[in-house]
Amino acid sequence: MIPRIYIPGDSGALALGAEKVAKAIRAELAERGIEAKIVRNGSRGAYFLEPMVEVATAEGRVAYGPVKPSDVKSLFDSGFLKGGHHKRWLGAPDKIPFLAKQTRLTFARCGINDPLSLDAYKSLGGLKGLQNAVAMAPLDIVKQVTESGLRGRGGAGFPTGIKWKTVLDTAGERKYIVCNADEGDSATFADRMIMEGDPFVLIEGMAIAGIATGATKGFVYIRSEYPHAVAVMNKAVEFARKAGVLGVNVLGSPNAFDMEIRVGAGAYVCGEETSLLNSLEGKRGVVRAKPPLPAIQGLFGKPTVINNVISLASVPIIMDKGAAFYKDFGMGRSRGTIPIQIAGNVKHGGLFETAFGLTLGEIVDDIGGGTATGRPVKAVQVGGPLGAYFPRALFDTPFDYEEFAKRDGLIGHAGITVFDDTADMLKQARFAMEFCAIESCGKCTPCRIGSTRGVETIDRLAAGIEPEKNLALVTDLCNTMKFGSLCALGGFTPYPVMSSITHFPEDFKPAPARVAAE
Amino acid sequence: MTMQPASTEIQSRTAAIIQELKDLEGPLLPILHGIQEEFGHVPQDAVPVIADGLNLSRAEVHGVVTFYHDFRARPAGRHVLKLCQAEACQSMGSDAIAAKVKQLLGIDFHETTRDGSVTLEPVYCLGLCACSPSAMLDGEVIGRLDDEKIEEIVAEVRS
Repeated sequence: MIPRIYIPGDSGALALGAEKVAKAIRAELAERGIEAKIVRNGSRGAYFLEPMVEVATAEGRVAYGPVKPSDVKSLFDSGFLKGGHHKRWLGAPDKIPFLAKQTRLTFARCGINDPLSLDAYKSLGGLKGLQNAVAMAPLDIVKQVTESGLRGRGGAGFPTGIKWKTVLDTAGERKYIVCNADEGDSATFADRMIMEGDPFVLIEGMAIAGIATGATKGFVYIRSEYPHAVAVMNKAVEFARKAGVLGVNVLGSPNAFDMEIRVGAGAYVCGEETSLLNSLEGKRGVVRAKPPLPAIQGLFGKPTVINNVISLASVPIIMDKGAAFYKDFGMGRSRGTIPIQIAGNVKHGGLFETAFGLTLGEIVDDIGGGTATGRPVKAVQVGGPLGAYFPRALFDTPFDYEEFAKRDGLIGHAGITVFDDTADMLKQARFAMEFCAIESCGKCTPCRIGSTRGVETIDRLAAGIEPEKNLALVTDLCNTMKFGSLCALGGFTPYPVMSSITHFPEDFKPAPARVAAE
Repeated sequence: MTMQPASTEIQSRTAAIIQELKDLEGPLLPILHGIQEEFGHVPQDAVPVIADGLNLSRAEVHGVVTFYHDFRARPAGRHVLKLCQAEACQSMGSDAIAAKVKQLLGIDFHETTRDGSVTLEPVYCLGLCACSPSAMLDGEVIGRLDDEKIEEIVAEVRS
């Protein structure tokens, strides 16, 4: 048997040198005259171990990582093609604690095989959900998704099945499925990983959504910062079309569904669903007022399902294993699993899919292993640039939509950025306002003007000018933005700002040390 | 200096791109990406051609071009270096990284070095948040930036 070597082609692994490792392995194979097959898989998401190279042995896969090009010679000397011991030896990948502790439903296949092999996809349960769906009535599919308790994983947490039901019930000669892959929130990379590591699961989810709602055309709107994901998705759509997964007869059924990949152009606000629709239509990515809901008048005025990548990619397993199977995971009204992305200043950064309900402390300390710098954790921002900063005192908060809302936070797209004790929370609050000013679409005043005034007011605070008055002003401004903005950009920017002020008041005091230092 | 194609040439090449893409649903963004790929920026002379081809006003096309950060009004340097400045990278010292790169290149964000070798831009998230601080050089991703990697990058863009 020709040995198989798996080297991730995921952009996170590439950023850590996977291409150089692949080159070194190819050179070493040539030099030693060994014939081997190199498979470029996705990433399993343990980025602290990337580039993680795996070999297929008679006893199953054996992983090594993080591999540097300089390790390659000694890997061969240690007989790594047969799973031999080496300082980078990690053993069976699914036994690595970070991966073994996870519950992988949506990411069940991600990182295991060549993402563009439809055969590999099918060998691990792929297309079973779609096969079930084509034999069902649309309303039954919608019921199953509703009963699973799946809620929008983009951040808003709206029940996916209810959204689909609205589109199903709305008459239209043409309907659309739009996948929001404009994953602009810092600390999030779950969408990117799925698109690069298991693209067919997203295609399958979209096809199911199409059959369930009567939509025949899908668009995936991917941010331009993700060129690797765009390339993989384009190829995957082409392969799916050739294999009859997409087209006029999806899996040989009378259902038609096809899709296109579209690329954004560097506007964060296009992650907001209505600006995304405008952008797809070729307009400025300005937010639309709701109502009408996109489900009733969406893309080109037609009934449109707009869902996040992870929501759609979670549908195939629900259609394969049933609503009850999925619903059994989780807590309260947060059902199923959530891919938590542990990022920033953290020792064990990566993607951790698990049932809802872990506490923030378990995620940061036990799974994340604390900070990368080894200093104490000061704050963690949950939910991207529009999410609140949580202090250690709130580490008992369970990962659940409602529990986070109760503590004036949000789980958003489930990204977590860890900061050590060198973080200056006034600076973070200022950045939140600055980012809102840079990315505001300009349609509503609280966001467009409020963010700029926010930066100025926080600058006055930093300079020690009338601190009490300016603090009151920022608070009032945040209140206006929260309740007066059209969308989450202006409406949620107050979360990072106010949480910084509330939980870290010492950073906003005109400390003599701060003034003296400048 | 980069040679600017003549106005008539811009118009004919733009028209060809429009011809190829205009039957897409919502063709304007794909067309603008095509034009930027062709010319390295979206030339002013392309705007009336697009407006004409898609039955839009010039103001509408101008409005779309200027809304998106990606579309350039003039060509970039031979290399484009994007440094992530979002929160996850901030937590790993992206501010200091940016300061050092700016100093080594002698330019600020949104500027191009005088020899036209490199344009420096901030980017808000490359989705490499567990490999912070990160950057993108001409579409290639780079994670866990440190002084050594910065010096390598600067040497590469300068050569």
